[in-house]
Amino acid sequence: MINAIPLEYYLGLASIIFLIGTVGVLVRRNAIIVFMSIELMLNSVNLTFVGFSTYLGDTAGQVFVFFVMAVAAAEAAIGLAIVLALFRNKQTIYVDEVNVLKW
Amino acid sequence: MSLTLLLFLILGVLSIASAIVTISSRNPVVSAMALVLHFFMLSGLYLTLQAQFVAVMQILVYAGAIMVLVVFVIMLLNLGDEKKLSEKWNIRRIVAILFAFVLAIQFISIYITNLPDAAFIPESAAFNGTVQAIGTDLFTNYLVQFEAIAVLLLAAIVGALLLAKRKIT
Amino acid sequence: MPLELQLSLPLILILILSIKIVMVDAKFGNNKTLGFVTALAGFIVVFISAAFTLTISPEAIASLNAEELYSKGTITYGGFAAYFDMLFCVAAILTILAALPYFQKENSEHNAFYSMMVFAVAGMMLIAHSANLLSLFIGIEIMSISFYVLAGYFRTKEKSIEAALKYFLLGAFATGFLLYGIALIYGATGSLSLPEILTKIAADDFSNTYLTLGIALMLIGLCFKVAAFPFHQWAPDVYTGAPTVVTAFMSTAGKAAALIAFIIVARALFVIDIGQAAEIPDFQTNAIMIIAIISAATMLIGNITALVQKNIKRMLAYSSVAHAGYLLMGIVANSPQGWEGIIFYATAYLFMQIGAFIVLSVLERKTDKNLDLDDYSGISKSHPFLAAIMAIFMFSLAGIPPFAGFFGKFLLFTAAIDAGFTWLTIIAVISSMISVYFYIGLIVYMYFRKSNTYPLEADMGSAKVTLIISTACVVILGIFPSLIINLINNFF
Repeated sequence: MINAIPLEYYLGLASIIFLIGTVGVLVRRNAIIVFMSIELMLNSVNLTFVGFSTYLGDTAGQVFVFFVMAVAAAEAAIGLAIVLALFRNKQTIYVDEVNVLKW
Repeated sequence: MSLTLLLFLILGVLSIASAIVTISSRNPVVSAMALVLHFFMLSGLYLTLQAQFVAVMQILVYAGAIMVLVVFVIMLLNLGDEKKLSEKWNIRRIVAILFAFVLAIQFISIYITNLPDAAFIPESAAFNGTVQAIGTDLFTNYLVQFEAIAVLLLAAIVGALLLAKRKIT
Repeated sequence: MPLELQLSLPLILILILSIKIVMVDAKFGNNKTLGFVTALAGFIVVFISAAFTLTISPEAIASLNAEELYSKGTITYGGFAAYFDMLFCVAAILTILAALPYFQKENSEHNAFYSMMVFAVAGMMLIAHSANLLSLFIGIEIMSISFYVLAGYFRTKEKSIEAALKYFLLGAFATGFLLYGIALIYGATGSLSLPEILTKIAADDFSNTYLTLGIALMLIGLCFKVAAFPFHQWAPDVYTGAPTVVTAFMSTAGKAAALIAFIIVARALFVIDIGQAAEIPDFQTNAIMIIAIISAATMLIGNITALVQKNIKRMLAYSSVAHAGYLLMGIVANSPQGWEGIIFYATAYLFMQIGAFIVLSVLERKTDKNLDLDDYSGISKSHPFLAAIMAIFMFSLAGIPPFAGFFGKFLLFTAAIDAGFTWLTIIAVISSMISVYFYIGLIVYMYFRKSNTYPLEADMGSAKVTLIISTACVVILGIFPSLIINLINNFF
């Protein structure tokens, strides 16, 4: 199949989304939004995996994406439970107000 | 311009736009909704890559499960708009962000300089994205990992229950 | 029994244990000791089965055909994987023995702790066994998720839940980098299997740009997991905020697991220059130089920051950062000798660091109290036993002979010199000297200061067993290092 979109388009798009996620983690102070930024990063990795998988003609990359999704779901459960426990303790979810320990 | 390229451009621009809204919105609910839109756009991109199974799982798992959980927690905590969007700026943070930008520019320049004239997708790609191909791979080559993911999910369940419990028993 | 079943026995048993322990918690949640007994017995059984797999000859394992196995070559059996299974089980046993009296003292619930410990060990064992980037990733994630929960185990205490939040956010952030690295390595070589990646690299059949980027990103992810500079910021906070017994486990077994991941990745990506005529690719020279700089910076920063700490838990946390720097020297050496050095030092470090943290946990009251240097003034009068073994651990951590820490450092330093990194060894020696100051400083406080007016209470309970075992191991490994060295010699 000639005349498909070059793989580099997908990789470039994924790296832009990865950067947006990284900036979100570094800049935002709301723990839930930081968590969502991490989800953005994981998704850009998924896009990279699927891109490589398709262009290599290999299934392994898509299987990996399946596992990344399972891990993301598990992390979501744990992360939100931690945020809830934090909110019960301190009535805040802003990471800059969480500073008993030196950051 | 081919139809696939047009589709890619629309989905790509929308996914970048929704990602930017996610990290820049004051209201967490708006962020969450933008993220859901982002997941749908990615799902479309997976379809242009002939990865049907992943495209469906993307919507089921991310939009259907994870984001519901996130929105639920936002509602539960009754969060309002943020007055101050970002943390205090210090040297370390600025350096980190500069570093991230340098990294991104490097990435993008590498991709652009390597851009080939014609792209080639192997014939097998169309089959590789089906449930059959991924299922076969999952239950033969990656059987051990599939079992291991059960432990991961069990750990997440036990851990989440433990952390979210109110009182010490 | 088929050979594969025998070899995968430790993994199968830990899987069964992880389900069993949840069921025990669900059915007998009110019984305070049943979870403890189940976990202890289970870890001992897994330990024995791992020791059994270590006796199977490497030739028999090598003769297995990967295609015919259930694991399809995604899992390594025997050798160093089995050794690390045993090591993780020992760490878990030592920790839960000390955790029982600790949680009774803190009036916390018990059973969920043992479940999370079992999950964490299952993840670490999967890391040690992985021959595939997918296994490696899942192992790291199982371990990390268990650690996020364990760090926040005292969920009603501000410090603990804050440690959990920081650990979670930064850990998930690092996971993103690790994953991106894996994705690019997969794209560059077209395979997730580490032996296949090695053949592709040796045959020069890979995309250089993607591989270089992939290695750089994976390095960021792994450096975070071992808490190396400049990604070490989380470690002191998390180690200080987490319950002390959890810190004892995280900072030793967790670090050993992250380093074994490092070794597994390095063995697949880097060509060894000794004996192999193949020329070394550029990315390898650069990557190893970067790891060497990271290693040097990590030990210097860790030790210098530890100098100014007044809180002993925090001081030990920084010293654990420094030890990550020493351990990375084995990766820099990139030779079987260096990897053996890592394994020996990880073993020695595990006993001395767990011992030191458990002494803290015995003397500590209500999470925060009695952790400052001043509280330990003249403690040798009131608690001669604790002071004596704490002194042994401090001497060993400082690398003073004849304790185990000395031989670990010796092996790592010689490996680095043999690989031509003399400057790194000089920095390592200098930073060891810096570290002597604060380790000995604690001993001075314990032995040569006037006692406090308030006496510290110490009810050890089963923690005594932990302390005796770890002291014995530190001393025995120091006097007879050949016991372990002969065992690990034929792993690589």
